Amino acid sequence: MNKRQITLTVNGRDHEVWVIPSDTLLDVLHDELGMADVRYGCGEGVCGTCTVLLDGDPVNGCLTLAVQAAGHQVTTMRGLLGADDTLHPLQECFLRRGASQCGFCTPGMVLTSLDLIRRVGRPTREEIRYALVGNLCRCTGYTKILDAIEEYADQ
Amino acid sequence: MTQLTEPRSGYRVVGTSPAHHDFVDKVKGSLHYAADWQLPGMLHGRVVRSPVPSARITGIDVTAARALPGVFAVLTAADVPSNQIVERASGGLAELEVTVPVLAADRVRYMGEPVAVVAAATPQLAHEAAELVAVDYEELPGVFDVEAARADGAPRVHEVGNTLVSWQIHCGDVDAALAAADVVIEGEYCSQHVEHAYLEPEAGVGWLENGVLTLRVSTQVIEHAAMIAHILGLPQSKVRVIAAYMGGGFGGKEDMTVEPFLALLVWHTRRPVRMIWDRQESLVASTKRHPFIMRYRTGADRDGTITAQRVEILGDAGAYPNLSPRVLFAAAACACGPYRVPNASITSTAVFTNNVPASAFRGFGAMQIVLGYESQLDELAARLGLPRTELRERNFLAKGDLLPTGERLDTCVEVAETMRRAIGLLGEPPRPSAPGKLVGRGIGCNRHPYGRTIWFRDRASAWLSLQADGTLLIRSGVTDLGAGQAASLCQIAAEVLGARLDDISVYIGDSALNPPAGGTFATRQLYMSGNAVLHAAQELRDRMAPVAADLLGAPADDLEFAGGRVRAHRGDVSITLAELAAACEQRAVSTAHLSTWRAQAGSFDPRTGQGDTFPDYTYGTHAADVEVDVETGQVTVLRYAACHDVGRAINPMRVQGQIQGGAMQGLGYALTEDMAIQDGYVQAALFASYLIPNARDFPDVLVDIVESGEGKGPLGARGIGEPPIGNVAATIASAIQDAIGVRPDRLPMTPERILALLDERTRQDGAARKEDLT
Repeated sequence: MNKRQITLTVNGRDHEVWVIPSDTLLDVLHDELGMADVRYGCGEGVCGTCTVLLDGDPVNGCLTLAVQAAGHQVTTMRGLLGADDTLHPLQECFLRRGASQCGFCTPGMVLTSLDLIRRVGRPTREEIRYALVGNLCRCTGYTKILDAIEEYADQ
Repeated sequence: MTQLTEPRSGYRVVGTSPAHHDFVDKVKGSLHYAADWQLPGMLHGRVVRSPVPSARITGIDVTAARALPGVFAVLTAADVPSNQIVERASGGLAELEVTVPVLAADRVRYMGEPVAVVAAATPQLAHEAAELVAVDYEELPGVFDVEAARADGAPRVHEVGNTLVSWQIHCGDVDAALAAADVVIEGEYCSQHVEHAYLEPEAGVGWLENGVLTLRVSTQVIEHAAMIAHILGLPQSKVRVIAAYMGGGFGGKEDMTVEPFLALLVWHTRRPVRMIWDRQESLVASTKRHPFIMRYRTGADRDGTITAQRVEILGDAGAYPNLSPRVLFAAAACACGPYRVPNASITSTAVFTNNVPASAFRGFGAMQIVLGYESQLDELAARLGLPRTELRERNFLAKGDLLPTGERLDTCVEVAETMRRAIGLLGEPPRPSAPGKLVGRGIGCNRHPYGRTIWFRDRASAWLSLQADGTLLIRSGVTDLGAGQAASLCQIAAEVLGARLDDISVYIGDSALNPPAGGTFATRQLYMSGNAVLHAAQELRDRMAPVAADLLGAPADDLEFAGGRVRAHRGDVSITLAELAAACEQRAVSTAHLSTWRAQAGSFDPRTGQGDTFPDYTYGTHAADVEVDVETGQVTVLRYAACHDVGRAINPMRVQGQIQGGAMQGLGYALTEDMAIQDGYVQAALFASYLIPNARDFPDVLVDIVESGEGKGPLGARGIGEPPIGNVAATIASAIQDAIGVRPDRLPMTPERILALLDERTRQDGAARKEDLT
């Protein structure tokens, strides 16, 4: 299939990439641009490990075509880091609360909850649970993830 | 939300919960998992798998696949130098000898069995090439459940027979004790196939470097390097396995996954190759948790003292042995739970079927049977009219007691304390939220081993070196599942040698560069590598202490290693670790030290069923409040609490995390997860159709930790990786029984099954009584 060139804006930086129309945003971010914080977990939009923000809204990278992201702002979790790799306050809360075990789900958890807090301010614990149903974690049992998100929302 | 005991005094680093290197990388998103590496000229591998569960292969045509442009290799059984995986999971003690092919040659025994493997320039091309491999199958009769597989004339999965292993443990005279018992109860309990569902699918990259076949994969066991060398006919020195930090494993990455296929493709193409299993491929082809049938018969005196127990366990091994012999052994060794049973007769049998192979999964046989022994305890309590807690306390094991294998328990048993605390965490019993709802409270206690079976004579090595600037390197072959296996080693070394945590780097998971630690499984790494690091650190400190004492003008036993310094108590003088390293260098005292720690030795006699099984156990209790909707059969978990004696919490936050995560996996096992296999065909083709818990399904897991200080791990620790998944199904069943008066005996406890129980209860006229567990 013919490749076409598109410009992807990821974490504020423009990338010119050649893609075929069926390439997913996940494939291009992970394999072409080397963004290891966007991860294949299921390819069905069920687990949320490939979550990125598209113009601020969380989407599954495995269900989004790369060509659909052209012209939009893509943010991965590493895009939240400050100068010199300093942690975003939400990442600080994840660190302090032990909200990562294997860490594979962490980018999706951080981006989805950040979007929730930006939209509603101080969500209840139940609202956070609801927002995270598309982000699965098999290690932590969720409690420490919820604790971390609540701590950030309280700040 | 969570409760925690205060760290024990006397330690500075152990008992605190620092965020270590792995956490930092994980919250930054900068950790490179197995799928994240790419190399120049890298190809993409894919496995061709059998679409049928039992068939003869009458022909394989790879012509079209090989002809596809961009395809570099299409390999079948004929291309494998030594086409067998040698797995003798019991160490050859008792099981049938069965050859496991890397690629099936003339016979497939389960759906998803590997038949061929391809490498191509892109993942898409590899996919296309795999589709073009034409395999002719002549389907054969299969056998899909353990009872059918044991029947006379059943189709044979392997020529040598369908019974892989049958363990026996006997003590006392069970027949006489049952005949003399005041009360005898019996029950049959069944569990299901379960998927590990780690979020990181199986993945890895392989390449050749200096003539060494190197694989960087998501694995719990780098020691598979030896098996890979055997398959390729290479010297063991020519295969290197590097374990990336894993995105979860839970036992599913204890057997090899991508390794042999990557190795074959790299060796044949001489190019780097990456292989990532699709989630859907992983669902079909990865190993599962063994479904068990557990038949219990328990005799007791009128006062509730258990006098005898007969236990029969049947496990569905699937089509190949994998680790089934050891899983069924663990089940047998733990079949009587944390209770004194003076007369016991236990058989535990692994049976071949044409289902996908079952193997290691957090809990490893010792978890399934908790439903068996705890159900018996609850039924006994109901029969005798005793509170469930009182019956348990009457029968709990204590230090010095004998197990059915004849072993004497040589550490304390604080299970009663965990029971008291777990129930205490729940608070007041709940009230039904609406008419038509019933509430109930349940408990579940367990005894779970940590460490490998004793006859393997386990060992682990660790290599420490104090650098010239006073910083410390730890090298260990440990692999890290995300439970802090590497970070715990840093805390232990920091405690002993006084290096600051930020000054310690830990290098793990490399079969070429690290001293071997054994794999990360069996809740063994804190016990084994923790002890290896503890002893290495103590020996290194003892070697350097005289140098420090000389510099400080103090006796060597008056020194404190802390905060990056060595301090003499008298005179309040100190030097930095860098100054100590320099002084050691001048005096030709080595600041590097390799130490090997060996677990206790022993042996087990499979004919008598007597001997040594596991080094020690972790005990715990879970407690839950549930509400049952009698109209829909829906079970809502209202509150959930867990308490385990971990001996000593090296990192309390990570201990909590293990308990919360284990309990949550157990809740999925108890209530929603079912890897249904129909006539050998896996039914869950999508991740969406396999229901692991999400953030809304269950409440927070409340945790309390008992620190008895009497474990066999470093500084008195006990392992906690596997134990907390064990109690859950029994706890939920206990709560449902308390709510509706009938005991669920089949997992998962779905609404359909609960409705069926409610119908049964209606028939039984609600005879069951309720009691107070507060």
